[in-house]
Amino acid sequence: MSLELLWTPFVEFAFMRRALLGGVALAISAAPLGVFLVLRRLSLMGDAIAHGILPGAAVGFWLFGLSLPALTIGGLVAGLGMAGIAAWVTRRTGLREDASLAAIYPISLASGVLLLGLAGNKLDLLHLLFGSVLAVDPPTLNGMLLVSIGSLLLLALIYRWLLMDSLDPLFLGGVSRFGPLAYGLFLGLVVLNLVVGFQAIGALMVVGLMMLPAAAARFWSRRLPRMLLLAALTGAVCVWLGLLLSYYANLPSGPCIVLLAGLAYICSVLLGPLNGLLRRQLRLSPAH
Amino acid sequence: MRILIALLTLSLSLCANAEDKLKVVTSFSILADITQQIAGDKLELRNLVGADADAHIYQPSAEDAKAVFAADLVIANGMGFEPWLARLIDSSEAPGTRIDASAGVLPLMLDEDGQQVADPHAWQNLANAEIYVQNIAKALAQADPNNAAHYNAGRDAYLTQIRSLLAEAKTGLGQLPPAQRTIITSHDAFAYLGQAYGLKFIAPQGLSTADEPSAAEVAALIRQIRADGVKAVFVENIRDPRLIEQIASEAGAKVGGTLYSDALASEGPASTYLGMFKYNLDTLLAALKP
Repeated sequence: MSLELLWTPFVEFAFMRRALLGGVALAISAAPLGVFLVLRRLSLMGDAIAHGILPGAAVGFWLFGLSLPALTIGGLVAGLGMAGIAAWVTRRTGLREDASLAAIYPISLASGVLLLGLAGNKLDLLHLLFGSVLAVDPPTLNGMLLVSIGSLLLLALIYRWLLMDSLDPLFLGGVSRFGPLAYGLFLGLVVLNLVVGFQAIGALMVVGLMMLPAAAARFWSRRLPRMLLLAALTGAVCVWLGLLLSYYANLPSGPCIVLLAGLAYICSVLLGPLNGLLRRQLRLSPAH
Repeated sequence: MRILIALLTLSLSLCANAEDKLKVVTSFSILADITQQIAGDKLELRNLVGADADAHIYQPSAEDAKAVFAADLVIANGMGFEPWLARLIDSSEAPGTRIDASAGVLPLMLDEDGQQVADPHAWQNLANAEIYVQNIAKALAQADPNNAAHYNAGRDAYLTQIRSLLAEAKTGLGQLPPAQRTIITSHDAFAYLGQAYGLKFIAPQGLSTADEPSAAEVAALIRQIRADGVKAVFVENIRDPRLIEQIASEAGAKVGGTLYSDALASEGPASTYLGMFKYNLDTLLAALKP
């Protein structure tokens, strides 16, 4: 076995190159967002958004027919609206963030199903909207790169406020008025990454790439910059190895990539220096 | 009140009319159209699997069971195309006769999980359609002898149309050079068409059945398209057209359009059997022409 095997598929096939580039770009921008979601106890947001975008997609379908940009923009609007309302309720009433999100997404999903029923439509719009990493075409790839670079830049810009708002919103509220704005922008970035990712590479992969590396990184460092870097790197490596696995072992590519990220997570749970199971075991049973 | 009575008598007379007509149930849209073309308005025709629907995954409803029970004649394709129909007939204890429109067709065999089974998509060869028409007309005449002359006339008129389209298909497809006769479709439905006119249809395994293809399958398909010099790839019912478009563009083939296989379109030129065949023929010719 030679090292060439690690890149020959990408040299030979353009679809592999696009899958790699798009997947890595999205992993690098989504994983840091995931770290903040874990920090804010919003880890299930990805799943909520994946279902909650249905009414937007339905309206997009209603107005413009079966066009992917219309479905995506509709989904984006619905996702942003959902996240916005949930955040607003939390800020105004003190309801926990996960509870207000969990309350808003069944409403959104149900209205989507209702809309489709009214339109007499039997298509599975979400299925249509959710793409596959092997089917990334050049325009989709450009969109993904744009979203990835844009969201990394914006995240760097709001990093300080977001950090404070995540850890101690009351303190930030005392010294600056940027907290809610930073949080709003952050939620917008999460929704943008999710919806563009759904369209480009499928729901399973985006949610997997956003949350698994983030959850894994928590076992390796307490320092946020390190966690962000580690999560992004883990996600990117999983995309690369997962595509190779799918290529050589003839396995579906999305699940391959997500399961590799899952493997990274399980190893972290077991071996991680911070609260990893084995470390705990060692600490609990004192040496003689 | 008067209107009500009028309506009531009207509906009664409609019922009485319907009582007189032969009740026929067809299993899917292509058979429904063929039967309609032969019989015209002499039948009360009900079709089970409608246009744009997939007979492979069809779930019969209670209404369907009632229709089958009431039918004088049930027309199926046979050759294992409608495995659910036998159960439907048994469970409703339908008294009518069932015929297989494909009886007498020389079946092509498919290798399915190591077993040889007949390929049911026989209607994709127009020569087989003649057998279908003969079978259906004969069954109609036996079930309803009073209108036998009408059915035979309908049959002969329809056969003339079939034969003229058959001639068109032969000249059109016959002109294609041998190097341009390989086509990729998403599921194995065109073997009869391929056999009749010397076309090679490749249906990649995995792409049609699995929800998520592997990178290996996509790569193998691209290599095959390049190696065989395939000119056109046809979308049929692959769930994600984006994938097949990527494959075609990377391999240097073009997406030739949509082919209809197991069901008629609900509207447009492919909403009748001959219309569908002509549409498929034109689509193939347009994509394969040098």
